[in-house]
Amino acid sequence: MKVSISWLNDYTPIKMDAADLADALTMAGLEVESVSERYAYLNSVLVGRIDEIDPHPKAEKLKLCRVSAGDHRLSVVCGAPNVKRGMFAPLALPGTVFPDGSKLEKTAIRGQTSEGMLCSDAELGLGTDKSGIMVLDSSLKLGDRLPAALDLSDALLEFDLTPNRPDCLCVIGIAREIAAIQHTPLNYPDYSLDDSQSEISRLTSVKIEAPDHCPRYAARLVVNIKIEPSAFWLQDRLLSVGLRPINNIVDITNFVMMETGQPLHAFDFDRLAENRIVVRTADAGETFVTLDQKERPLSPEMLMICDGQKPVAIGGVMGGLNSEIESDTTRVLIESAYFEPSSIRRTSKQLALSTDASYRFERGVDPNGTVAALNRSAKLMVEICGGKLISGLIDEHPKPQKSKQLVLSTRHTNRLLGTKLNRNDIGDLLKSIEFSVEAQPGDNDKDQLVVQPPFFRVDITRPEDLMEEVARRFGYNNIPTTYPLMPADARSPAKEIDLRNRIKNLMVGFGFTEAITYSFIDNLACNRLRLKTDDERRMLVNILNPLTEDQAVMRTSILPGLLDTVRYNSAQQIRRLKLFEIGKIFIHKNPDNLPQEIEMLVGLWTGARHEPSWHTTEILCDFYDIKGVAEELLRALKLDKLKFTRLPDESCNYTRPGCSAQILVDKSPLGIVGEIHPEVLKNFDVKQTAYIFEINFNRLVPLISGKTSVKPIPKFPAVFRDITIYVKKSIETQDIFEKIQNLNEELVESLQLLDVFKGDPIPADKKSISIRVTYRSPNKTLEDEDVHDLHKSITDRLVKAFDASLPA
Amino acid sequence: MEKSIDQIYQEALKAIETAAGPKDVRSASVRYLGRKGILTQFLRNISSLPVEERPTAGQKGNEIKKKLEKAFNEALVKSEASTKDLEDHIDVSLPGRPVSCGSLHPITQINQEICDIFLNMGFEIAEGPEVELDYYNFEALNFPKNHPARDMQDTFFISDKIVLRTHTSPLQIRTMEKQAPPVRIIMPGKVFRCDSDLTHTPMFHQVEGLLVDENVSFGDLKGTLTAFVHQMFDVQTSLRFRPSFFPFTEPSAEVDILCVICRGKGCRVCSQTGWLEILGSGMVHPALYENVGYDAIRYTGFAFGMGVERIAMLKYGIDDIRKFFENDMRFLSQF
Repeated sequence: MKVSISWLNDYTPIKMDAADLADALTMAGLEVESVSERYAYLNSVLVGRIDEIDPHPKAEKLKLCRVSAGDHRLSVVCGAPNVKRGMFAPLALPGTVFPDGSKLEKTAIRGQTSEGMLCSDAELGLGTDKSGIMVLDSSLKLGDRLPAALDLSDALLEFDLTPNRPDCLCVIGIAREIAAIQHTPLNYPDYSLDDSQSEISRLTSVKIEAPDHCPRYAARLVVNIKIEPSAFWLQDRLLSVGLRPINNIVDITNFVMMETGQPLHAFDFDRLAENRIVVRTADAGETFVTLDQKERPLSPEMLMICDGQKPVAIGGVMGGLNSEIESDTTRVLIESAYFEPSSIRRTSKQLALSTDASYRFERGVDPNGTVAALNRSAKLMVEICGGKLISGLIDEHPKPQKSKQLVLSTRHTNRLLGTKLNRNDIGDLLKSIEFSVEAQPGDNDKDQLVVQPPFFRVDITRPEDLMEEVARRFGYNNIPTTYPLMPADARSPAKEIDLRNRIKNLMVGFGFTEAITYSFIDNLACNRLRLKTDDERRMLVNILNPLTEDQAVMRTSILPGLLDTVRYNSAQQIRRLKLFEIGKIFIHKNPDNLPQEIEMLVGLWTGARHEPSWHTTEILCDFYDIKGVAEELLRALKLDKLKFTRLPDESCNYTRPGCSAQILVDKSPLGIVGEIHPEVLKNFDVKQTAYIFEINFNRLVPLISGKTSVKPIPKFPAVFRDITIYVKKSIETQDIFEKIQNLNEELVESLQLLDVFKGDPIPADKKSISIRVTYRSPNKTLEDEDVHDLHKSITDRLVKAFDASLPA
Repeated sequence: MEKSIDQIYQEALKAIETAAGPKDVRSASVRYLGRKGILTQFLRNISSLPVEERPTAGQKGNEIKKKLEKAFNEALVKSEASTKDLEDHIDVSLPGRPVSCGSLHPITQINQEICDIFLNMGFEIAEGPEVELDYYNFEALNFPKNHPARDMQDTFFISDKIVLRTHTSPLQIRTMEKQAPPVRIIMPGKVFRCDSDLTHTPMFHQVEGLLVDENVSFGDLKGTLTAFVHQMFDVQTSLRFRPSFFPFTEPSAEVDILCVICRGKGCRVCSQTGWLEILGSGMVHPALYENVGYDAIRYTGFAFGMGVERIAMLKYGIDDIRKFFENDMRFLSQF
C-alpha cells in the first residue's frame, strides 16, 4: 500500500516531514517500509534549450536538434511539431524510466544517433498533453534537474500493513491515523446526495439470493456518460500510488477505492441482460471469462454477480469481459457491496486470483461505508464525465450489521498494560480514532467505559482489542518497564535436554563437528539407502506442497543428509570428515494421525584417522575408530550392560555385511555401528568409505540414571597375569571375555585385551589372543601363590571351552 | 704473600666465569689445582715460609683449595648440562600432535545462549512435535480457517488436518492444556515454512517464550525482553516496541533493537533504518485461554518468539541464511 503526502494532505493537513511521519506511523503500528521521493524518476531529466534544428536526412517528420543543458550538448532526434530554436524543453537522458515503465536508451533513429529525448507532459507524467514537447519557462537555469527546476516534490510512503488493519488500506484510513498523531482535524469528502426522488427503481433492480455471501449490495445509475481519458489530477493521483489510468469511469472507481477502501465496480448498464442484477452462487461446472480475458472454472461456493441471464462478475474478485466499460458506454451501473470476507478469500484462493478488490474484501471493508463510497463515485462521474445521475439508491441489505458495544474496565486495562491511566485518559485516547466512548452508567468506581468502535474497525471485537488501541495511542514506549515475579523454585529438571547437550559436547570433544541437515529428504532416499520394502522407515510423511522434489518427504533417517554433506564437502576437497547430527525422524504409521517422531543420533567418520600432521603418515579410519567413539560416548554417559554383537547380515541393508554390529543394552537394541554399504555410497555419489553409528536417543534417555555412586578405591595392590591362547578365527573376543566373567571368580577384577594376532607362527585357521587379567583382593595383598593356581585354572577352562591351544 | 693467594683465588674464579664450556673448565681446573697447578705450587711453597706464618697460610690455602675444588666441580656440572641441553634442542615451533576438537553448529550455540538466558530467569524448556495438527498450529492459536492471517506463514501441508509446524507456538497450547498456571516456558525448536531465498530457508529454528500468571503486564513483557536483549547483545542495545499483529496475542508488539552493526546510524544490514526487527511478542490473546480452559479474567500473560538464524546472522555477520544448512566444513569449523 502506497500513499503520497500530497494526497493525504487532502484530508488532513500534514505538518510533519515525511521521515518523522513515517517513524510516527511505524510506531503506531502502521509499518512504513520505505519513504521515497515520487519525482525521483525525473532526476535524469534536465532543463534544456534547443540551439539548432536540422532536418532529418531520411525522415521528413523528424528533426535533428542540438540541445544544450548545462554541461551537456547533445544531438536529439525529435518528431514533435512544436520544436523551435531557442525553446526551453525537458531533456531526458538515457537511463530515465518513464511512468509508463519504459526506459530511455541511447539509440539511432533511422541512422541518426539520439543521445536523449525531448519529452511531452504526458511522457513525463506531468500532464495529459502529448501533442508536443513540454514548453519550459526560459527563466529556468539550463542543466537543472527537472524536479528542482519545477519545484516538484512529493514523498511516497509505502506501508507493510498487518492483516488486522484493512481500514488502513486507503488514503483516508492512513489520514485518520495521522490526524490522531498530529491532533489535526480529519476532513471527509462530501458523500451526501439528495435521494428524495427514486427513478432508479423503474430502471433496474438488485436481488440477493446468497445473503450469507453478500450481506449488502448497493447500486446507482449514471447516464449520458462520455468515456474519455481522465482529467490530469485524477490520473496523477492514480499514478502516484502505482495504478495505471484507463478511462474516466474505471479511474473513478479505482480512485474511490484508494480513497475510501471500498472496492467498486462499474458495469455497462446496456450490456446487462434485462438491466438487472442478481447476486447468487455459481452453478457447478460453470465457467466465466474475467476482465483479464481468462476463462475460469467456477465452483458452487463462489459468489457471482449476474444480470438477468448470466454471470457478469465474480463478486468481489474481478469483473467480466462481457460487461466491461467500453469506449461507447453511456450508461453505468455502479456497484458498491459488502461481501463476506471468508467467502471472497475462498474464491480468490481457489482461483489463485488476488486483486485490489479481493484483497480488501477478504480482510473486511467498512460495512457501513458502502453507500458513502457509492455516492462519492456517482458524484465524481457527474462532475468529471458529464454524466447525469438517475435519482434514487438501491441498497439491498438483507443482513445488516449491528454496531458493537464493548465494556472496558480501566482497572483491567491498567493491569494488562502495566499503566496507571485514569478512565478519562483512556476515553480520550479511544476518541482520537473515532471510537465513541461513554462512562458506564451507575459505575461509581469510575472504572468502566462503554465503547462503540467505528464500523470500519472490523478487528475490534473484545476488550483486549480496545486495550491494544489504548496502548497504541498511548505509545508502547511510554509504558513503564517492569519485571515479572519469577519464583526460584519454578523450574523442573529437563533430563532429555541436558542429556542431548551432554552428548553434543562429548561428540565435539571426540573431534566431531555438528551438522544440521534439512528434515526433509528426497522421496527416493529410501531406495538409495536400500531399505527393505517392509522397513517402517518407508512409511513416509509426504509434503503436499514441497518446494523441490529433493525435499518432498520428511526424513526417516538422518543418514541421507549426512551422506549428502560428505559428498558436498568432498567436492570442496574436504575428505576427512567427522560429523554428527542429532534430530528427529518421522515414521507415518497411520496417515490420519501425527507421525511418530523419533530422535536419532548419528555419527559419521570418513577419511583419515588423524588430522594430517608431520607426526604421522595418513591412515584411513576403520570400523574400530567409529566403534571406539560409540563405546566411549556411552561409557561417558555411565551406561552399563552394554554389548556390541554382530549384526545379522540381512538385518540392515545400508551397512556392509560382516562389518556391522548392533549396540545392545541389556539385550534391547539401542543402535548400530558399521561401515556404510558400498552400494549405498554409490547411490549417494560418495566416493570414499564411511563408518557410522546410529543411536536411538529416545531409547537412550530412560537408560541414563544420572546418579553416580562412588566405589571405594582399592586398598591393596593388584597382581597382573597374562593369558595367550590360540583359538579359531571365527571366535569373537567378546565370547572369551564373557566366558571369564561368567566364571565369577572373586579375585578377577578386570580384563584387558593385549593383542590379537594372525599369521606365522600361528596355524592358518587360528588367531592368537592375549588377555591381561587383573587380580585383586579387597582384604589383603595378593602373593604369587595366591593367583597361580587360579590363573592356571582359568587358562585351562578357556582352552577347554574354545577348543584352544597354548603357545608352544 | 697473603695477598697473592687472594689474587690466585680471584683469578681462578674469573677463569671459571669466563670458561666457554666443560673443556675450558677442566683445563682451568688443571691450571690451578693440578699437580703443577698454581695453587698446588703455592701450597707446596708454604713449607718454605717462616714457621710462625705456616699455620695461618696453610689453613687459608687449604680453605681456598676446597672452595676452588667445589667451584670447579659445580661449574663443570653446570657447563656439561648446558652443553647437553644445547645438543638436545628441539624445534619448538613445530606443531604439536593434533588433538582435534569438533564444534557445535552455530545454531546450536546461539540456541543454547538464548535458552540459558531464559533458564537463568526461571523459565523451563518445553519441546513438542514438529509435524503438527492444524488445530495446534493454527486454530487453537486463534488463526481461523480462511483468515488472511494464515497468509502470514507459508505453510507446508501434509493433509487437511496436519501441517509442518510453522512456529513453536503450538507448544503454548499443548503446555497450557496439560498444566495449570503459572506457566513459564521457552520453546526452542525447528519450524518450517515454504520459502527459500537469501534470508529464508524452508526449515529454521525458533525460540518462543510464554509466561502466564496472575498480574502479568505488558510492562513485564518489556522488562523481560529488555533483560534478554541486554544479555544477548549488550546493555547499550536499546529496544523499541511497536504495535503489530499476531492472532494469538493482543496487544501485539514487534520488538526492534538498535542496529548492532551501525548503532543506529543506518547501514545495509538494517536497511538504513537504524533498527533491526528481532522479536515478535504480545500479551496472550484471551481466545487461547478459552481454548485451554484457563480463567481469562484471572490470568494474564505474555508470549514472544524469535528466529535463531536471524540472531546468529547478526552475531556472526552471516549474510546468507542457507549457509547454515550446507554444512560446509570451512564454514562450520569457524564456530
